Amino acid sequence: MALALQQLINGLTLGAVYGLIAIGYTMVYGIIGMINFAHGDIYMVSAFISVTAFTLLAALGVSSVPLALVTVLLVSVLFTSVYGWAVERTAYRPLRGSTRLAPLISAIGMSIFLQNMVQLTQGARVKPIPPVLVGGFDLLTVDGFTVHLAYSQLLIVVVTVFLMAAFTYLLSQTSFGRQQRACEQDRLMTSLLGINVDRTISLTFMLGAMLAAVAGVLVTVYYGVVDFYIGFVVGIKAFTAAVLGGIGSFPGAMLGGVLIGLIEAFWSAYLAPEYKDVATFAILILVLMFRPSGLLGRPEVEKV
Amino acid sequence: MMLELSAVHAHYGHIHALHGVDLAVQVGEVVTLIGANGAGKSTLMMSLFGQPRASMGRIIFDGEDITALPAHEISRRGIALVPEGRRIFPRMTVMENLQMGAALADPTNFDVDLKRMCALFPILDERQGQRAGTLSGGEQQMLAIARALMSRPKLLLLDEPSLGLAPLYIKKIFQTIRTLNRDHGMTVLLVEQNAHHALRVAHRGYVLQHGRIVLSGSGRELLASPEVRAAYLEGGAGKGD
Ligand SMILES: Nc1ncnc2c1ncn2[C@@H]1O[C@H](COP(=O)(O)OP(=O)(O)OP(=O)(O)O)[C@@H](O)[C@H]1O
Ligand SMILES: [Mg+2]
Repeated sequence: MALALQQLINGLTLGAVYGLIAIGYTMVYGIIGMINFAHGDIYMVSAFISVTAFTLLAALGVSSVPLALVTVLLVSVLFTSVYGWAVERTAYRPLRGSTRLAPLISAIGMSIFLQNMVQLTQGARVKPIPPVLVGGFDLLTVDGFTVHLAYSQLLIVVVTVFLMAAFTYLLSQTSFGRQQRACEQDRLMTSLLGINVDRTISLTFMLGAMLAAVAGVLVTVYYGVVDFYIGFVVGIKAFTAAVLGGIGSFPGAMLGGVLIGLIEAFWSAYLAPEYKDVATFAILILVLMFRPSGLLGRPEVEKV
Repeated sequence: MMLELSAVHAHYGHIHALHGVDLAVQVGEVVTLIGANGAGKSTLMMSLFGQPRASMGRIIFDGEDITALPAHEISRRGIALVPEGRRIFPRMTVMENLQMGAALADPTNFDVDLKRMCALFPILDERQGQRAGTLSGGEQQMLAIARALMSRPKLLLLDEPSLGLAPLYIKKIFQTIRTLNRDHGMTVLLVEQNAHHALRVAHRGYVLQHGRIVLSGSGRELLASPEVRAAYLEGGAGKGD
């Protein structure tokens, strides 16, 4: 019972991170119908930016945790959204209007490029950061097992819930959100209404990258280490989350993230931890086979 | 002159859809473009927005050469289109569709314009919160027209607004075009299969055949012309080619 509660906490933490990243996949898919396979690496880049920023701040003697966190978040979001913008601009926009496969291949190329760039500049070894947010609450003890809620876990869940609410508002209530949804439904018509579709697509990439940046910072704080390969692993899991929730669906991405996080946590605790990644991939295959539109997605065929 | 096309050609890959079209619309006019299926009417409308872009020739709007501008820039100059097949945003509400139409308009006009549209098409007022994809075809057509008008365009382009509508709706839509032109001075370029209605409401008309203008004149002249009568009025639409 106590173990289950602990895994619930861990699973929700992980799920929040997957969900944040999954939104980037889903929003980009919604607007241009492609899977941005470089998105996981954008998240990895953000983790490295935050490692550098945390290390710099520690060297400068900044000891206030909230100050350090906010600074790193801002720096990371700023740089990462520029990365997101540049990836779209250089690798995808020139291919718009060509075959569906071309941007996909370009995306894989971009992913390899980003991994190698980070590997070259940062080294292939695992990078640690000075501990930022240590400690937590001991919730209860049953039979010698203590359920622990780390401050960093609380931070992840609170920040994620806040961002979800903010993005839901942005997409459903603001004029930018309306334009974004209009582009998803009919790009040509949207441009005939005077909206700069290329700009809307750029902004979508930047917003997705911003959420991945936040995820990168949070994970760095949570685990305290990063390496250049996390983009691939976490990226595939977040992608699975997006597909499970229904690619193109914003609430679906979040739901898928939480489910994947929970499945991973419980699988590790009760079944074979060494197979936890296999569990995720099995889900991906099963969803693609039996319910490609996901839990909350729209079926492809639609009466217009 | 509000709009002037000179020697405009347009292609879809190897298909040569417009062969040197000359066409002009004066301020305050209703001009109609008639022609059989596949004549190139929709292509002409879309080529104003560079979709497809004119491969030769020039398009002047309001004194400015817009031939090479991106679509959104052209629309911002004051041209609004009610496209073939309506193309409303089906997963948005009626209200959101209207807001999209006003995306680049002065926001202080929004409430006044919304009231005007609701007076013009009362059904839209009743259905503000309904998903546009669930409206009937005629209601969607009204929404497409209202969406175009929300931007207060200088030039309104209508591509077959009466297509697939019941006679009652058709009457209403032509009435609306007349009212907009007479009472609001709106300049209109109208593509129609329904040549009879179109020529009656229009000041002038053009006949397009295989991507070429083959006839032009006042609405009255064209209505009386034997070629037009034979091809577009008596035998119904679609036999001209
Ligand atoms: N996207 C496209 N790709 C290739 N060919 C096209 C495309 N759109 C139109 N055409 C071709 O260009 C020609 C003109 O088509 P267009 O749609 O302009 O005709 P139209 O006069 O509007 O006909 P209708 O009255 O049926 O709407 C046709 O031969 C059509 O097959
Ligand atoms: Mg047409």
